[in-house]
Amino acid sequence: MPSEFFIPDPEGRVPSAEGYFGAFGGKFIPEALVAAVDEVAVEYDKAKADPEFARELDDLLVNYTGRPSALTEVPRFAEHAGGARVFLKREDLNHTGSHKINNVLGQALLTKRMGKTRVIAETGAGQHGVATATACALFGLDCTIYMGEIDTQRQALNVARMRMLGAEVIAVKSGSRTLKDAINEAFRDWVANVDRTHYLFGTVAGPHPFPAMVRDFHRVIGVEARRQLLERAGRLPDAAVACVGGGSNAIGLFHAFIPDEGVRLVGCEPAGHGVETGEHAATLTAGEPGILHGSRSYVLQDDEGQITEPYSISAGLDYPGIGPEHAYLKDSGRGEYRAVTDDAAMQALRLLSRTEGIIPAIESAHALAGALEVGKELGEDGLIVVNLSGRGDKDMDTAARYFGLYDTDAEVAADEAGGAAEIEGDAK
Amino acid sequence: MSGNIQLLTDTLAAAKSEGRSALIAYLPAGFPTVDGGIEAVRAVLDGGADVVEVGLPHSDPVLDGPVIQTADDIALRGGVRIADVMRTVREAHRATGKPVLVMTYWNPIDRYGVERFTAELAEAGGAGCILPDLPVQESALWREHADKHGLATVFVVAPSSKDERLAEITAAGSGFVYAASLMGVTGTRESVGAQARDLVERTRATGTGLPVCVGLGVSNPAQAAEVAGFADGVIVGSAFVKRMLDAPDHAAGIEAVRALAGDLAKGVRGQA
Repeated sequence: MPSEFFIPDPEGRVPSAEGYFGAFGGKFIPEALVAAVDEVAVEYDKAKADPEFARELDDLLVNYTGRPSALTEVPRFAEHAGGARVFLKREDLNHTGSHKINNVLGQALLTKRMGKTRVIAETGAGQHGVATATACALFGLDCTIYMGEIDTQRQALNVARMRMLGAEVIAVKSGSRTLKDAINEAFRDWVANVDRTHYLFGTVAGPHPFPAMVRDFHRVIGVEARRQLLERAGRLPDAAVACVGGGSNAIGLFHAFIPDEGVRLVGCEPAGHGVETGEHAATLTAGEPGILHGSRSYVLQDDEGQITEPYSISAGLDYPGIGPEHAYLKDSGRGEYRAVTDDAAMQALRLLSRTEGIIPAIESAHALAGALEVGKELGEDGLIVVNLSGRGDKDMDTAARYFGLYDTDAEVAADEAGGAAEIEGDAK
Repeated sequence: MSGNIQLLTDTLAAAKSEGRSALIAYLPAGFPTVDGGIEAVRAVLDGGADVVEVGLPHSDPVLDGPVIQTADDIALRGGVRIADVMRTVREAHRATGKPVLVMTYWNPIDRYGVERFTAELAEAGGAGCILPDLPVQESALWREHADKHGLATVFVVAPSSKDERLAEITAAGSGFVYAASLMGVTGTRESVGAQARDLVERTRATGTGLPVCVGLGVSNPAQAAEVAGFADGVIVGSAFVKRMLDAPDHAAGIEAVRALAGDLAKGVRGQA
């Protein structure tokens, strides 16, 4: 029986055998990791060809994760989007609360097949860390999660969740103390412990085969959304919209629509305080081609190749790199990428909460803000699908401070919220 | 102007003809300042190192442990630029006549421009480059320009490298082969295990004529003597950086690295 939920790219369009999506991708890794990365590629190819792997993964995706995820139309939200119809792909309803579990379960099965007993992972917002800790609990694997110290503070709830699940969480104090530095530290761990350790990379970046493999595990998002839209709306969408940090939820949504030329693929990058301020993480908008974490892609860097420190209110998007397939989609013109500020994302977060009773993750709120713009461009006849990649529980502290929702924190909130009062009017 | 790959080859051959290993030291440029770093590099060469690797600091040194990360941070916060790295190479080579390599990650060179970088490094008197995150499969462009400018391409091999990869790497490399003594990042270790000897033997078994030098974890004269027993060169980095970091002031740091180079030079001569 063909797999229903594990659906690797049937066309095998990209990447090349060397892991290149056009000019981007490749494998820029230390010699010490070459054998391990090659092993992942070989095992993944074997797994793809093995019906038993697909059967096991399908079973988990249905009975553990809860796939297929719902597609929810959001008409009250859509009133603010130029009257276009808006559907949300509800990856927030997956077990653990985000799309991350799709990839994690696939790689956890692969870890077992490789006979490795320990998993390490990086995490920004904690969603990938929580999903990884969850899979490790399920499969009885040792688990160490690297997380930037700043992110451990702003996503404290997820730190507690990971520890509850039995994972060791290491707060990384080097560099910008965010996602980039967590990845650096995970690589250092992997080099030293590669014999028994799999690095369960959480996004569509890194050395080949990670960008293609992680994409394949998330492809189900777009495959389901495409089918559900054809059933519910009777046609393909005009635009598929997703937030982009490393780019895993976006590629998961986009990929099944790539051959559908009429479907705009819109990635929403974090503009932070505004791209013009320099305080952002809008890699495709403001970056240049370079090498970070094992592959060539767009990178936020200075004129001598030093990686610059990114900023976003969203820990999950606060990353100066981007998956190479997005760089390829951008340069080929198939994908379009725009930047969404902290403020626009936070307004969209509250708008969805108040119009539809769905609290999105701050990451996903960037996509919602992008969808509001795209809807206005499309007008009343427009049809948009947005990947609601995660739920917002983890962000309630950040949101409460931003909007001044804590009684006891009134003064702090007033300082930090800034324009909260003027947003009030928009939220109805 | 051609780079000093021949000087590197001759220096390593001369050590061999003396029946000893060469001592190869590492220090980052710009640490603690550009001029202070030049002083330190000169001190280790004067103190007894045969070859020096000048680090071009990178914001994301994924193969470096905390000691070199700290030094890179200090250098980058001090505003070190590639021009400063070139000046460090030039002054160290000019003052001592010894071979000077650059060690860095691939992105700074990719961004700067491979032709521009190799031309400037050769002009500064550099002997070559070690690029630990540029595997041989991705290295064609680099090697084309390095060859054109007379610069060595020193590849790293690791205990996890399979024999067929060792053959590919030694065939593509020049100057010497950098054998990582263990699986891990840079930093001082209590002991350098049997993995290093095994890796050196497997590397030589490829039939390569390149000297095989061992790095990672070597920090004291006894370890240097041990490694010198089976390798053509002994590479020491973090131990020098640590001496600088631990010193009460800059002058003391310079004397400490000079003294360590002297002690390690005895080590590679079996006099530890």
